[in-house]
Amino acid sequence: MSEYAIEMNEITKTFPGVVANDKVTLQVKKEEIHALLGENGAGKSTLMSILFGSYTADSGQIFLDGKPVEIKNPNVATAMGIGMVHQHFKLVQNFTVTENIVLGMEPKKGRILDLGSARKQVAKLSEQYGLQVDPDALVENISVGQQQRVEILKTLYRNANIIIFDEPTAVLTPQEIDELMEILTSLRAEGKTILLITHKLKEIKAVADRCTVLRRGKYIGTVNVSEVSEEDLAEMMVGRAVKFEIEKPEKEPGKVMLSLQHISVKDAAGLDRVKDLSLDVHDGEIVGIAGVDGNGQSELLGAITGLIPVSEGSILLDGQPIEKLSIRDRIEQGLGHIPEDRRKYGVVGEFSIAENSALKNYYQKTYRGRFGILDFEAMQKDAQSLIDQFDIRSAEGASTKAGSLSGGNQQKVIVAREISLSPKVLIIAQPTRGLDVGAIEYIRKRIIDERMKGRAVLLVSFELDEIMNLCDRIATISKGSIVAVNKQYEVTEREIGMMMAGSKTEKQA
Amino acid sequence: MKLTRQKLIQSDGAVSVLVVFLGFLVGTILVALVGKNPLNMYKAIFQALSGYNLDNGKMNIRYIGETLNYSIPFILCGLSMGFANRVGLFNIGGEGQYIMGMTIAQTVALLGPQIPVFHWVFAIACAILIGAIWGGVVGILKAKYEVSEVVSTIMLNYVALYLSRIICLQLPGATTYKTANYPDTAVITNSFFTKITNYSLLNNGIFMMIIAVLVFWFIMEKTSLGFGMRATGFNKEAARASGIPVVKSISLSMAIAGAFAGLAGGIVALGSFKYGRVLSGMDGYGFDGIAVALVGNSTALGTTLAGLLFGLLKNAQALMQGKQIPKEITFIIQGMIVIFIALRSALQLYQQYLDKKQLQREVGVK
Repeated sequence: MSEYAIEMNEITKTFPGVVANDKVTLQVKKEEIHALLGENGAGKSTLMSILFGSYTADSGQIFLDGKPVEIKNPNVATAMGIGMVHQHFKLVQNFTVTENIVLGMEPKKGRILDLGSARKQVAKLSEQYGLQVDPDALVENISVGQQQRVEILKTLYRNANIIIFDEPTAVLTPQEIDELMEILTSLRAEGKTILLITHKLKEIKAVADRCTVLRRGKYIGTVNVSEVSEEDLAEMMVGRAVKFEIEKPEKEPGKVMLSLQHISVKDAAGLDRVKDLSLDVHDGEIVGIAGVDGNGQSELLGAITGLIPVSEGSILLDGQPIEKLSIRDRIEQGLGHIPEDRRKYGVVGEFSIAENSALKNYYQKTYRGRFGILDFEAMQKDAQSLIDQFDIRSAEGASTKAGSLSGGNQQKVIVAREISLSPKVLIIAQPTRGLDVGAIEYIRKRIIDERMKGRAVLLVSFELDEIMNLCDRIATISKGSIVAVNKQYEVTEREIGMMMAGSKTEKQA
Repeated sequence: MKLTRQKLIQSDGAVSVLVVFLGFLVGTILVALVGKNPLNMYKAIFQALSGYNLDNGKMNIRYIGETLNYSIPFILCGLSMGFANRVGLFNIGGEGQYIMGMTIAQTVALLGPQIPVFHWVFAIACAILIGAIWGGVVGILKAKYEVSEVVSTIMLNYVALYLSRIICLQLPGATTYKTANYPDTAVITNSFFTKITNYSLLNNGIFMMIIAVLVFWFIMEKTSLGFGMRATGFNKEAARASGIPVVKSISLSMAIAGAFAGLAGGIVALGSFKYGRVLSGMDGYGFDGIAVALVGNSTALGTTLAGLLFGLLKNAQALMQGKQIPKEITFIIQGMIVIFIALRSALQLYQQYLDKKQLQREVGVK
């Protein structure tokens, strides 16, 4: 018998153009919660995919319980008692909880599906591990937190002893996160070994026993969580000391620059995704919209920027109604937009940095000469100055294709373009999602700078930290309506979390 | 050295050349397999290209003129497909736009005012216009109502074919396959070309084709209109979010694409025939244009070169038959070229494989 449930020795895995894992070693003790920490692109997911059999390592060895094993595919991993709770759930929406859990391993009476005994087994498991969920509910009708429990039950139903959680808190409200932490602890108490992939230090400090840190595909070290601080972990992860708080000087907000007045937005099916929503954003102010993904944030921003029509209400930009204007007219009125999905809405991947920088104003006099001939040299020159100003790292300067840039640098191209157009109002969605710590610090600083310049900023983020750090006022959204608007210093993350979940508090204005 | 190899594999132009080479290679092997001498095939192609007959040492410049004349509709239909393709659309309707252009040109040629120069200019202008309408309708349907341009263009091809028959059967002197001869003011023959190319059919259409190539290049690569169109083609959502009028881009690009094909129809009608044709089937230039644009990477220069190649093969067909080579071999070569175009992605995979091997070596050394 070995001390370790899992040992991965000197695992190397390369993809075209990158070494995802470079001789990475991971040793997980039995019945511990082991965190795997690293920035995006550090190689956490690759390493876990190798353990789960989705990828095969180029070299290196895996031992389970001291015995060398070869995990060729996820079915082998399942048979060996490894379960994985994916970040994006793999559930059939219109199946019941029970059906989803037994799917692929259905109990049978003869050749007939025995859902009755399946239901009993599920109920037993759910009781044993304290995972409350209604076995007969349709998955589409239960909350995201409950769907995650279904995923956990799926692994338990398959007799997993080792459960991998891939960024499990990304989609949860703060309350659901707390509950998940309790679930993890109770799973450990029941003798399960837990591998927690995350980049959130707070969660590691809360539940993990030990933590292995990866940086750019390399193994940095394994530490006992109780012996290190969050700052130590951050430094291991990033490779340098990290500032957690951003400096945000006082700033008196000016006049109302963006005013949403009783707006409603319908989706393609005709359902109200935003209902009678009103909100003002002033000059020199950052207003954050806090909420769980899918509560109407995308529709709200789409309506402001013109991607989706408003069904009712009006939007005033500097006092002028813009809800009927084309997207281009709105941009000309001074509306800037840093979109949520930067690859889809932010940049044209096949275009160069220069062309992307001019994407919103290429048709204006600056670049457009007689017969509509474009001055590509001027574009190139202007882009070069943005590259210098915003520290955009690229292989071939302004001619580099945007698609070949890293996520952080793509985001910098978008931020540079939007800021260079000097908008009156800047609409920002998830500005730091998927970026590394350096880029996150930089982008946040730029957003604060815009506030200091007196711009009105509306920020949507699913990271409460980000909202709390950046915003002057916080509007909490739930099911398409604003639950409350609070000054940043008036509320705690916990209170916002309660409101995100839709419950009313005394803090409601 | 390594860099050159990567650049070459990644360059679309180089892939096209390689693909053409492979197409010919397969054609050569096939000819050899059926027991004929592949050399005769190349002799025929060489004669179509240079006018020089390697067997008897005789020179006939007419072949050069014919090759150029055959290339015109290939190039124009290639531009039609290519232009739409650059905006992210698949214009399978080149054939229908071509037929409509041809039909209108024939109609104007037979019924229009017989004023020198004006007559044929007007006929060609009408051909361009009807092509633009035939394509533009598809563009508007696509842009405003999300109607798949693939389906609507295929349907409109048949509408065009039968509409053309209905119209042409009403024209003066119409029989089941031809109309009366055109008046002299309608044709676009160029007596200078006729003389220097030993009575080939090469006509003023070649100037129009060259202008069309330049217009394609100018709009696409140089103007703000083309910039918006290319952005739309690469990433429609990002273009829309950036305020680019994508509805206009899409509608207009289909209209311009249709105009190129309509022009091709007009040139063939007034340049290669002395009378109007009552079509019983499609000429196929619109469809071949798809292949031409694919081989030419939907660029102005690439499409021109690919169109010349297709014209060359078409002209070589008769010469091949004279040398006991089945003319169908040219279709096989064309087909093979289109199939090998898929190599573009295969080569990318190969490049990735090489990159990976190299990376593994680097990691292994450490």
